[in-house]
Amino acid sequence: MLAAGAVFVMWAVATLTFFAIRLIPGDPAEAILGGPGSQASQEALDQVRRDYGLDQPLLVQYLAMLARLVTGDLGTSYALRTPVADLLGGQLGGTMLLAVLALLVAWILALGLSLWSTGRARVAAAVGEGIELTAAALPHFWLAAVLIAIFSTGLDWFPPIATGTPAGLVLPVATLAIPLAGFLAQVMRESLLDALQQPFVVSARARGENTTGLRLRHTIRHASLPAISLSGWALGWLLSGAVVVETIFAMPGLGRTLLQAVTLRDVPVVTGVVLLVALVYVVMTVVTDVASRLADPRLRQEGAR
Amino acid sequence: MSELELRQTTVEASAEHLGPRRRRMPRAGTVLAVAFVAFLAVATVAPSLVWTQDPNRIAAADAFESPSLAHWFGTDESGRDVYSRVIAGTASSLLIGVSATLIGLALGLVLGVLASFGGRVLDFGVGRVIEVLFAFPGLLLALLVIVVAGPGPVTATIAVGLSTAPGYARIIRGQLVGIRSSHYVEAARVLGHSPGRILARHLLPNALVPLFVLATLGVGQAIVWAAALSYLGLGAQPPAAEWGAMLAAGRTYLPTAPWLTVFPGLMIVGTTIATTMLGRALTRRGREGR
Repeated sequence: MLAAGAVFVMWAVATLTFFAIRLIPGDPAEAILGGPGSQASQEALDQVRRDYGLDQPLLVQYLAMLARLVTGDLGTSYALRTPVADLLGGQLGGTMLLAVLALLVAWILALGLSLWSTGRARVAAAVGEGIELTAAALPHFWLAAVLIAIFSTGLDWFPPIATGTPAGLVLPVATLAIPLAGFLAQVMRESLLDALQQPFVVSARARGENTTGLRLRHTIRHASLPAISLSGWALGWLLSGAVVVETIFAMPGLGRTLLQAVTLRDVPVVTGVVLLVALVYVVMTVVTDVASRLADPRLRQEGAR
Repeated sequence: MSELELRQTTVEASAEHLGPRRRRMPRAGTVLAVAFVAFLAVATVAPSLVWTQDPNRIAAADAFESPSLAHWFGTDESGRDVYSRVIAGTASSLLIGVSATLIGLALGLVLGVLASFGGRVLDFGVGRVIEVLFAFPGLLLALLVIVVAGPGPVTATIAVGLSTAPGYARIIRGQLVGIRSSHYVEAARVLGHSPGRILARHLLPNALVPLFVLATLGVGQAIVWAAALSYLGLGAQPPAAEWGAMLAAGRTYLPTAPWLTVFPGLMIVGTTIATTMLGRALTRRGREGR
């Protein structure tokens, strides 16, 4: 069932992208040859139309595209004349590393903050809420600049551009993780407050469990449940954020490639990145569903009905 | 899930978990948020009232001055006063944010009404469309729109509006379905009122306040996204005093003149925080009024 839904979403994303791209005004063959300014000859245009299958009816082109996608062929970049799959394949790893690290760091920050501040005295709770609200409001492009100004130009702790070393990853990961932690912590606070009112918490307290032990042993799972189911959304959000972060920190990756392709209107590359991100999102949705079941036995029983 | 839905649920939750109010006094945060939004409104309608000098006055001798009493936010590479330019940019930044929100809200309303009132087939169809659109996370859908329509402030606005529409649609559908199953709608149906009349007389009026809260939350998000597109060079372009474009222009001078980046960004952050707090206050008020 899940797999069928995932295949449907991927098909719909590919179809939507294919037809949206046809709305671009102008001749695609001319665009491949460098735009209207290139004064391409008629033979060159015909040649390109044949090479890219643009002389075929739209339906044939569409079916050919689907057939190519199934085999993992994403077409050829207009600007670089290299296969898109090769181009993106080399960059997926770096971007995924960035996104997954950011997701982990955001998780740790959010869990720490909400366990520390939720349901405490007014001041601590207000400080916690204020931090969450502010963090969730920070735009990546601005946070990156501020972090560079403080930790790079000011303190000289970390390089301002990603150098490929672990130190170079610190600021990009922090830029992506801090706003996400704000979102996750807000959601965790909600479920943690619910959990803290449950009878099992009262009984643990009656047994003499101290506050910290109580939170760590009894409520941490409740706090993490909604954040687990959000992780699919979060990873997609991080990949979108990677467009900005990779551009600012001059890191090679899917996001920066996407921005360059959008600027150059390199249609196959844009389509390729969109499909790849959609694939990651769809896979993550399935993964988070399974992870939620692992973390919450109640869901497993529901599924067994 | 979308960013908007996340903001929406957290606002609802924060209103839910608040204890009873002790005094009939608004919270300090709400007062600050209202004051900030009022300031933005003045800066939009009559910027000359709040700026300290002409935002386009060039004074080469004053270039790159750090923030001081004379220039609160410092000066840029041509000696222009950054504070005055930030004020001058309020109108275009808010215009883009509000227009994008209205586009997203309108599309979301159409989809939401279709899904909750068009019968089971339409509900299923719209549901699948929304699901597919969620597979273009964050800015991705907006970037796709820009590839098709070309960069610029107008397409960026439409792009942000379109990419936030699925989030609105799903929230609005949920709200309408909730209202539809309420007792007063059931009563109206028993009385033999037509679906169109029920929609116009009962559903939309009751959905109005939540829609307003939603739009308040959405404006903050739309401003951030539009500014991100401007920052990437796909929205408003640098000579404009739009906040994202100012940030983009300041990027070159980040090591020597960080204030060119810090202050326009602070306005964006302040606007997002203020609109979120307003959304919370409105939700709270709605709960207490009931």
